[in-house]
Amino acid sequence: MNILVYLVPVALTLGFVGLIAFVWSLRSGQFDDLDGAASRVLFDDDLDKKNS
Amino acid sequence: MSIDVDLSGFVRQTDDGARGIDFAIDGMTCAACIVEIEQAMKKIPGVEKARVNYSNSRLALGWKDDALDPALAVDQLRRMGYVAHPFELAEAESRDAEHAKYLLRCLAVAGFAGMNVMLLSVSVWAGNISDITPETRDMFHWLSALIALPAAAFSGRPFFTSALAALKRHALNMDVPISLGILLALGMSLVETANHQHNAYFDSALMLIFFLLCGRYLEQMMRQRTRAVAGNIAALRSPLAARVNADGSVTQVPTARIVAGDVVLVRPGERIPVDGSVVSGSSEIDESIVTGETRQCAIGEGAEVFSGTLNFSGALKVRARAVGSGGFLDEIERLLENAASARSHYVGLAERASKIYAPVVHVTAAATLAGWLIAGASAHDSIVTAIAVLIITCPCALALAVPAVHVTASGALFRAGVLLNGGHAIERLADADTVVFDKTGTLTLPEPRVANAHDLPQHLVECAARLARSSRHPLARALAQERPMGAPYDGAREEAGAGVMADVDGMEARLGSAAFCGLDVAAMAQALDEGASAICYRRGNETAVFRIRQTLRPDAVATVEALKRRGYAIEIISGDSAAATQAIGDALGISSCTGGAKPADKVARLETLKAEGRKALMVGDGFNDAPALAAAYVSLSPVSAADVAQASADAVFLGENLAPVAHALELSRVARNLMRQNLWIAVIYNSVAVPLAISGHVTPLIAALAMSGSSLIVTANALRAGAGADKDRAPHQPHARASENVRSNAGAVA
Repeated sequence: MNILVYLVPVALTLGFVGLIAFVWSLRSGQFDDLDGAASRVLFDDDLDKKNS
Repeated sequence: MSIDVDLSGFVRQTDDGARGIDFAIDGMTCAACIVEIEQAMKKIPGVEKARVNYSNSRLALGWKDDALDPALAVDQLRRMGYVAHPFELAEAESRDAEHAKYLLRCLAVAGFAGMNVMLLSVSVWAGNISDITPETRDMFHWLSALIALPAAAFSGRPFFTSALAALKRHALNMDVPISLGILLALGMSLVETANHQHNAYFDSALMLIFFLLCGRYLEQMMRQRTRAVAGNIAALRSPLAARVNADGSVTQVPTARIVAGDVVLVRPGERIPVDGSVVSGSSEIDESIVTGETRQCAIGEGAEVFSGTLNFSGALKVRARAVGSGGFLDEIERLLENAASARSHYVGLAERASKIYAPVVHVTAAATLAGWLIAGASAHDSIVTAIAVLIITCPCALALAVPAVHVTASGALFRAGVLLNGGHAIERLADADTVVFDKTGTLTLPEPRVANAHDLPQHLVECAARLARSSRHPLARALAQERPMGAPYDGAREEAGAGVMADVDGMEARLGSAAFCGLDVAAMAQALDEGASAICYRRGNETAVFRIRQTLRPDAVATVEALKRRGYAIEIISGDSAAATQAIGDALGISSCTGGAKPADKVARLETLKAEGRKALMVGDGFNDAPALAAAYVSLSPVSAADVAQASADAVFLGENLAPVAHALELSRVARNLMRQNLWIAVIYNSVAVPLAISGHVTPLIAALAMSGSSLIVTANALRAGAGADKDRAPHQPHARASENVRSNAGAVA
C-alpha cells in the first residue's frame, strides 16, 4: 500500500491545479459572455492579415 | 443651433489615465454584429479597447486620457443602424454580479473538495466490507478531514453568515438547520476519526454544500439576467434630454443626469423627459400615460407636466421639478406610501415550510438522543445517532424545492416575455383569481395607430407613410409605422402646424390638416368619432382621410377570452371617460367597466376586492396606476409603462401583445404545483430516512445516496416548469429585441 504515499498527493495536486485554473478563468472574465464566446470562435477576422 | 452630446458623466476613469464607457446596444440580431461593431469601433482614432458582450447586448469602450469623445462612437453606431445608449451599471446589478462570482468560487471549491473526499470515502466504504487495514482507513479519514475542513469553512460561508444573521434576529431560517447539519457532520466525523471509528461523514457535509450552492448560484444567475435585460431596457428607454445651459446653448445629456432646477427643451413630437413645470411655450400634450385620458390637453406657462407625456404642437421649456413641490405627484407618492405599508407581508411557500421544518427536526434529534439514553445505549452511541438524524434531515431537498422551481419558472417566463421584479411574484401570480386591467396603454397600444389603413388603396397608404416619415408630428409617426421600411421622399418640406409636402413622380403630394390639403374641414369633423384624430392626404385628385386612434393590442380580444375561459373575473378600471372605457369593454366583452377613476378610486376598488376575499392581479401602465399596482395582491406592467408604475409592479411584460399576461398566470400555476410537489417529495424522503436514522441504521453511504437522490429528484421535477413554456408562445416581438440574446441564454440555465 506504499504506492498511496505518492498516488494520493498526485491526485490531489491534479485536482488542485484544475481548481486554480477555474478560479483564474473566472477572474479573468472568461465566464462573462458565454454566448459571445461561442460565436467568436467561428470568426476568422484574425486570419486576414496573415493569409490574404 | 448646434447641439452637443455630453456623455462625460458616464465615463469611468482610473488613476493611470485609462478611460472607459459602457453602452447598451439595441439592434444586435446575430453574432456577426460582434465583429462589425468591434471593428468599426477600433477604427475610431484613440480607441484602445472595444469589446462587445453578446449575452447582454453591451459594448465596453476603452481609451487613454482625452484621446476620444465617446459621442463619436454613438454617432458611428447610429450610422451603422444600432441604437447605443450610455449605460451605468446599476449598483444592484454589479452587486449581483459580484455575488454570483462569489457563489461560483464557493461552488468550485466545494466541488473540488467533494470529489476528492468522495474518492477517499468510496475506498473506505469498499475497504470496510473487504480488507482495509485500520491504519489505511485512519489515514484516509485524516486526509479527508484535511481537505474537507478548510473547504467547508470556505464554501459554507453563504450559509453560515445567513444563519448567524437569522439567529441574531432571534429567528430561524432554512440556513440554520443547514449550517447545524454541516457543522455537526464535520465535528462528529473529526471525533470519530480521532477515535479510529469505521465511519466518517466528511463527504456528506461537502456534498450538502455543493448541492445547495448549485441551487443558490442558479437562482442568482437568473436574477442577474433579468436585471441585465431590465437595465438595458431602462437605458434604451430613457432618451437624451436637451438641457438649456445658462448661456442659452443646448446640450444633449442623458435624462439621468438632469437635476432639479435644470431647464430642458422639448420639441414637438418628443416625450417630455422630466417631471417639472413649463417655463415658456405652449402646446398640446397627450397625458394618457399619466391620467389614462386619451384627449389631448392644451398647456401653457406654469403648467405641471410629467415625464413620459407626449408633446404635440409647440416647443416647450420645462424646469425639472424638485422633490416634494406639491400637486398631482405628491398625491401619487402619498398613495404609494400607504399602499406599500398596507401591502400584507407575503410569506413565501419556502419560508412557511422552513418555519415548521426547523423546530420539528431539532425536536426529533433531541428526542432520539433522549430515547436511546433511556433505552440504555451508551452516551457515545446516542449522540452519534442523534447527529445522524440531524445530518440526514439537513434540508437539502427542501432548500432546493422552491428555488429550483423559481429558476426554471422565471426562465420560462423570461422566454414568454415577462421579467420578474420580485421573487415571490410567481407564487402570488398563481393565487390570483381576478384580473383588473387599466385601459389606456395596457389594453390598448401605448402609441396611436391608423384605424382604417386596410380600407384604403395600398399605393396611397404607401405614399402617405413615406411622406409622414418627414414629419415630427406624433400622429404622422403613427402613419409612418404602417410602412416601417418606407424611405422618406427627397425634398420633403414640413410646414409647422400644417403638414408635409413633397414632389412625388412629378405631382405634389400633401399630408396634414384638412385645410392644408384643401379638404372640407366641417365635413371631416363630422366623420370623426370620439377619440380619433385625422390626417388628410392629397395628390392631384386623389384624397384620403386617415383616422388615427388608440387601438387595442392585437391579441387583446383573444387573451381576455382565454382568461375568462380559465375562470378569471375580469374588470376594467380607467382614468379615461366612462364612454371610452365602456366602448373598450364592449369590444372585449367585459361587463364590469369603471371610467373616470382617480388613482385613489383605483386603490379603493382593489381594497374592496381584497375585502371580498378576492386576489386581484392589477395590470396597468400609467403614472396614475402606480398606487393601484402597489396595492394589488400582485401586479404587471407593460414595458412601455411609466417608470414609477414599473417600479411598483411585480413584473414587466415585453412587446405589443397582451398574451404574456395569460402566459404569466398559466406558468405561475404550473410552477406553484411543482413547488408543492417538491415539498411533498422532500417530506416523503424524510419520512423514509428519519426512521432509519432514529433506529441507528444510517451509514455514510446511505446518507450520501439518500441526500443526493432526493436533491436530484427535486431538481429534475423543477425542470418540468420550463418544459411546457415554449408551446403557443407569442411570436417574435419587436420590443423585446434588446433581450432576445439574453433570453436564449436564460434557456440554457433553465
